[in-house]
Amino acid sequence: MNRRNFIKIMAGAAVGGAAIYKGLDSFGAEAAAGEAQTLPAKHWGMVIDVSKFQGTEDIKQIAAACHQYNNVPDIGKADHEIKWIWQEDFEHTFAELESEYFSEKIKKMQYPVLCNHCENPPCVRVCPTQATFKRADGIVNMDYHRCIGCRFCMAACPFGARSFNFVDPRPHIEKVNPELPTRTKGVVEKCTFCVDRLEKGEMPVCAEVSKGAILFGDLNDPDSEIRKVLGESFFIRRKVELGTGPSVYYVIRGGEASA
Amino acid sequence: MYNPGKIITILVLFVLLITAPILLNIGKASEPPAPSLDTAAIEQLDEKQCIESKEFMRTHHPQLLSDWRQQAVREGETEYISSSGAAWEMSLENNCLQCHSNRSEFCDSCHTYTAVELYCWDCHDGTKGAGAAK
Ligand code: HEC
Ligand code: HEC
Ligand code: HEC
Repeated sequence: MNRRNFIKIMAGAAVGGAAIYKGLDSFGAEAAAGEAQTLPAKHWGMVIDVSKFQGTEDIKQIAAACHQYNNVPDIGKADHEIKWIWQEDFEHTFAELESEYFSEKIKKMQYPVLCNHCENPPCVRVCPTQATFKRADGIVNMDYHRCIGCRFCMAACPFGARSFNFVDPRPHIEKVNPELPTRTKGVVEKCTFCVDRLEKGEMPVCAEVSKGAILFGDLNDPDSEIRKVLGESFFIRRKVELGTGPSVYYVIRGGEASA
Repeated sequence: MYNPGKIITILVLFVLLITAPILLNIGKASEPPAPSLDTAAIEQLDEKQCIESKEFMRTHHPQLLSDWRQQAVREGETEYISSSGAAWEMSLENNCLQCHSNRSEFCDSCHTYTAVELYCWDCHDGTKGAGAAK
């Protein structure tokens, strides 16, 4: 091959390479556009009316119903506890609202807490296997088949909403709900907003058994019940200053003080 | 050579020993698995049919379950339309095990034969082994 031919071939290869690169580029742009079309059409959210909780019994009953339905074990040791919905005192629920002038009632109350199904979930960001992921409808769910038990998500979650199975949970489930799987030793678990019930058109267990104290619905729909309640009440979300964007809202009516 | 008698005897014994598993099994084929269809739910079927053809189920059930798992958990798609047009819930508990409730005589009979160990049962079909700690 002489020099002239060599230069011709190399120039041809460079042009061809550039064309292929360009093609790849527009392919990438198309893929991104396709993703944008499937933006969440809905956004499931929860409104908890704090004034409707009269005591810890109410919360315990709701938690028992949730745990019974979802095959959550009762291991009976605090450091192995698995919890999807539970109660927390004022200081741990609304840490940033510290003030000496809150009524005794508000300061002494227990509050129901659960996974906040954040808009910008840190647990999803840190998961190395994408076992935990955010669905288009806003639910932060877990694919237990992919969980390797690294517990990064537990470290990332500012709400302590995730529990690790240190032991085989199955012997600690008194009566298994035969329609749902259990979990196994070595995986993390948490509240799913009862996705399997939503798919059947039913409400999450906690909302169903709460006698109206917990409302559930579409935050993106201005006509939904939860948006109506939010529109006419004062409410707070837990630790908003962290920027995770919780989808669980606590309605405060002030009546708590006199109740 | 020193002690040829001893050496040869030991050699023959050694060869016999390591070939024993083959020699003992010559001419004996191991029993093929016979998955049992004897359950109340299958008994009641008018047409003794699986959700797809028997041949498809035999060759493709691992793939099918893997697809279901992906679709149901990650894509929120819970309905499977079979090739005959029937709708089925994508689930082990609420589908396969409703008919094949005899897991050990059905699923496991093949899996034991082929040395496939399913870890699915660590979580699925949780009624087995529940509540033992209480
Ligand atoms: C409606 C009841 C029903 C359901 C649901 C069902 N099966 Fe079946 N299955 C059957 C029947 C009946 C047969 C035997 C079919 C035949 O002999 O043609 C069968 C056959 C099979 C076979 C082939 C067995 C052989 O001897 O080759 C496999 C494998 C199988 N089923 C797996 C599954 C799996 C996995 C699921 C869940 C995804 C499932 N089945 C759901 C009823 C059912
Ligand atoms: C006719 C025999 C037969 C029956 C009946 C059968 N299986 Fe299987 N199954 C197999 C074989 C063989 C494999 C391994 C396939 C391979 O590795 O390519 C397998 C593999 C699997 C796998 C994948 C395992 C893995 O680790 O990749 C799953 C899941 C599974 N079976 C579920 C079931 C369930 C659930 C049932 C009962 C409802 C069932 N099978 C009944 C023969 C059977
Ligand atoms: C670590 C526990 C665990 C193991 C092991 C496991 N699963 Fe699951 N699986 C689950 C849980 C929990 C769900 C329900 C997830 C949800 O509803 O969000 C599920 C859901 C599914 C579903 C969707 C339908 C349903 O029942 O909700 C399929 C299909 C499935 N698993 C198949 C399998 C197969 C096949 C295996 C074995 C190869 C397996 N799983 C192993 C925990 C497990």
